[in-house]
Amino acid sequence: MPTFANLGTTWFALIGLLWAGYLFLEGFDFGVSVMRPLVSRDETDTRLCLNVIGPVWDGNEVWVLTAGGATFAAFPLWYARLFNGFYLALFLALVFLIARGVSFEFRGKVAAPAWRRTWDGANFLGSLVAAVVWGVAFTDLAHGLPLGPGGRYQGGLPGLLHPVAVLGGVATLALVSLHGLVFLSLKTTGDLAERARRLSLPVGVAAAALLAGVVAWVATAGRPAVGGQLPGAVPLGLGAAGVAAVATAAVLARSGRDKAAFGATGLAVLAAMGAVWSRMFPAVFPASNRATNGLTIAAAASQHNTLVVMTVVAACFVPFVLAYQGWTYWVFRQRLSRPPAAAPGPSTGARP
Amino acid sequence: MQILLARWEFAVVTVFHFFFVPLTIGLGFLVALMQTLAYRKQDAGWERLTRFYGRLFLINIAVGVVTGITLEFQFGLNWSAYSIFVGNIFGAPLAIEALLAFFMESTFIGLWIFGRSKLSPRLHLATIWLVSLGTMLSALFILAANAWMQHPVGYKVAGGQAVLTDFWAVLANPLLWGSFAHTIFAALATAGLLVLGTSAWRAHQAGASAEDRGAFWRSSRLAAAFSLVSTLLVAVSGDLQARLMDVYQPMKMAAAEALYRTAKGASFSLLTIGDLSQKPIFQVRVPHLLSLLADLSWSGTVQGIDNLQAADVARYGKGSYVPVVPLTYWSFRVMVGAGILMLVVAAWGTWAARRQGQGRLGGASQRWFARAALWAMALPLVANTFGWIFTEAGRQPWAVWGLMLTAKGPSSLTLADVALTLAGFVAVYTALGVVDAWLMVRYARQPLSGDGQQEAGEVAGLVY
Ligand code: HDD
Ligand code: HEM
Ligand code: HEM
Repeated sequence: MPTFANLGTTWFALIGLLWAGYLFLEGFDFGVSVMRPLVSRDETDTRLCLNVIGPVWDGNEVWVLTAGGATFAAFPLWYARLFNGFYLALFLALVFLIARGVSFEFRGKVAAPAWRRTWDGANFLGSLVAAVVWGVAFTDLAHGLPLGPGGRYQGGLPGLLHPVAVLGGVATLALVSLHGLVFLSLKTTGDLAERARRLSLPVGVAAAALLAGVVAWVATAGRPAVGGQLPGAVPLGLGAAGVAAVATAAVLARSGRDKAAFGATGLAVLAAMGAVWSRMFPAVFPASNRATNGLTIAAAASQHNTLVVMTVVAACFVPFVLAYQGWTYWVFRQRLSRPPAAAPGPSTGARP
Repeated sequence: MQILLARWEFAVVTVFHFFFVPLTIGLGFLVALMQTLAYRKQDAGWERLTRFYGRLFLINIAVGVVTGITLEFQFGLNWSAYSIFVGNIFGAPLAIEALLAFFMESTFIGLWIFGRSKLSPRLHLATIWLVSLGTMLSALFILAANAWMQHPVGYKVAGGQAVLTDFWAVLANPLLWGSFAHTIFAALATAGLLVLGTSAWRAHQAGASAEDRGAFWRSSRLAAAFSLVSTLLVAVSGDLQARLMDVYQPMKMAAAEALYRTAKGASFSLLTIGDLSQKPIFQVRVPHLLSLLADLSWSGTVQGIDNLQAADVARYGKGSYVPVVPLTYWSFRVMVGAGILMLVVAAWGTWAARRQGQGRLGGASQRWFARAALWAMALPLVANTFGWIFTEAGRQPWAVWGLMLTAKGPSSLTLADVALTLAGFVAVYTALGVVDAWLMVRYARQPLSGDGQQEAGEVAGLVY
């Protein structure tokens, strides 16, 4: 059944693209939120940071919902085993994403400093924890986990926190932080943008080093071979390209070439996800103990009919989604600057 | 025990999500309507009302969105055996919902919030209508998934999974369209009563400026008529659902009525005191009404629980196929009862608005109405919650009607894991609920703003 296998592989790739899109877009949202305490000097700076991502963060987050829904539809067994296995980790990510999600809307609603500090904290911590958890999860997937027959993972939360996974979590945090700093430099003016540019260099160097460590570790760790897997050079090459892109981005950002730097961090995110996905293939949930325990695309994929429906729907509607999301970025293409000093302070209420 | 906690967790996270969902759907529509009035008539009053209710809408939607994220992953977290069984069919509407609806909602809401000074008024108006369309599409697809659980169609079972044979059948499921109509009208009524309650209260408040008062009278007039029509449509669509239920889920119908023995010309039980299955102490019944509701005939047969149970045992094997009868019986009555009260309040509001328009509404009468309308805001929330409890509890013991028992659905987890996440969600959601309610009240009390004060911020692009 060649067509069957092909659609399964297509959807494996598409889900990888959805995650890559998510980490690319929400990545800079996370990064702006995590780096805000370091670059912001006062209330206006803080508001600038929030407003840079304000119009787009929710739309960016939908990429992860689509990835989740597509996994459910195209690979029910993967959706089931993955989220059953990553139970507490996913719960943690959800709680922090919730706190972060409401912080945008709630923060400005009351003028009291304590209230604002609380939601600023939720915004910061929510983004930080979510970025780390996604990083841990993807490193675990690339590296493989000890699985029982049929792709059952039962090692709980401690089992997910394998040292390489923790390193992967921190590397992801550093990568999105850089991505966020570059986005801030691109979208703001004056001192704030300048501080973001300056910080890009140390953060970028750290991100490159951490990422290189993860790539090297995963590449040397080895994994029981699965029939049809890609040569190890593919994920290694992609990983190395990611590291190079991060290093380049740090230099470009420092020298004020914001657009190019943003392109480079974006490429780094895509390359890193490509490395994870190509390393997993043809498994969707690879085992580190015994290859046959892992879950493969063929075993996890939905039947042909479902995949056809999904493919048709995606082909018809994804172009529209990309078009209007892209249009949003165009509408908000202007850099944000500090309001003139004479303008009244931040208002608490009166919005649409 | 694990399954009990998992069920509680699902119930907690969905019911909580559904406090916000109907308000999002309904208020989105009403705010779009107000903005259209403001745009068409170039009217400053409607403009201020748009901003006022727009703010409430945004506070509400923030919590609606984040609680929805939990649900997207809830099936894999706690119901992974279920997910494997249904994924081929159930996953598709979920994924399509994200692609078609969530992207639309969340992208255009960003444009609406931040685009006021960047888009032309026409385009800005279009963004809120697209948000509203998005919320309704999202309801359609999630209800398609749910309707399939209530009445599976377009599938065959192969290799331990339900496999899709006909996607159009999934979308043409009669239960989907009954439930979509009912849910959307219920959402519109929910927002209608919220606007009615807040407007009536604000319009008669002693300290209010004449300008605010006038604007709030206008919105209460709009909301009263809106609530009246949508509540009537809720009742009509609910009646349609009852007839569908009689065909596709007779056990649920019997449980809703606590009808144990099959009856011809069945009477409708309004109220029961005492044990539902034995001889009740006291009850009020309306002769023939149940037969009328169920199949539009004076002496039609309505099947009883005992018969249906025997038939199910013959078909599916040993076991009980009866839902928890008191829960279904009472949740149905609470929903319908709340609906009747809503109808009364909306009719009263329409009458009061007419009198007010003619300058003939006395102060005392105004006050009474304002007080009633304020309390009536809770009614649709109650009806929505119990409507879902009825729908879902009445589906038990099936997760997928006739195909998969709920007991077969959970993930393999330890009890401690599930208890931990349940406790976590309850704690986080309680905190969220308190903060959200407090903010809603705070912003419902604010004067209608002029458009001057926030312009400085908006010009610089600072909204948050
Ligand atoms: C009848 C309507 C309805 C029902 C039954 C549900 N939802 Fe919902 N959902 C909505 C109607 C809605 C909405 C009106 O579209 C929301 C509310 C707030 C919002 O922004 O969109 C939403 C938001 C929302 C979001 C966030 C979207 C975003 O980021 O913009 C997710 C992921 C879900 N929902 C998922 C679910 C799941 C998995 C459900 C099933 C158990 C569910 N919803 C039941
Ligand atoms: C947002 C509106 C909804 C509410 C308020 C709601 C309410 C509930 C409640 C109270 C239960 C527990 C029933 C019991 O265990 O006795 C439940 C169970 C469940 N519902 Fe719903 N529900 C909603 C929407 C949905 C939708 C749209 C779906 C499918 C997409 C769904 C799927 C389920 C599942 C899988 C369970 C758990 C298994 C079970 O106990 O049957 N629900 N829901
Ligand atoms: C006034 C007469 C009403 C009737 C006859 C009625 C009838 C019904 C029926 C038969 C169902 C179950 C459908 C199923 O299980 O398949 C249902 C569900 C529901 N009802 Fe009502 N209802 C009424 C009023 C209301 C009101 C006023 C609200 C809220 C404002 C409401 C909200 C709901 C909701 C949210 C559900 C669950 C979703 C669904 O299945 O559509 N209902 N109703």
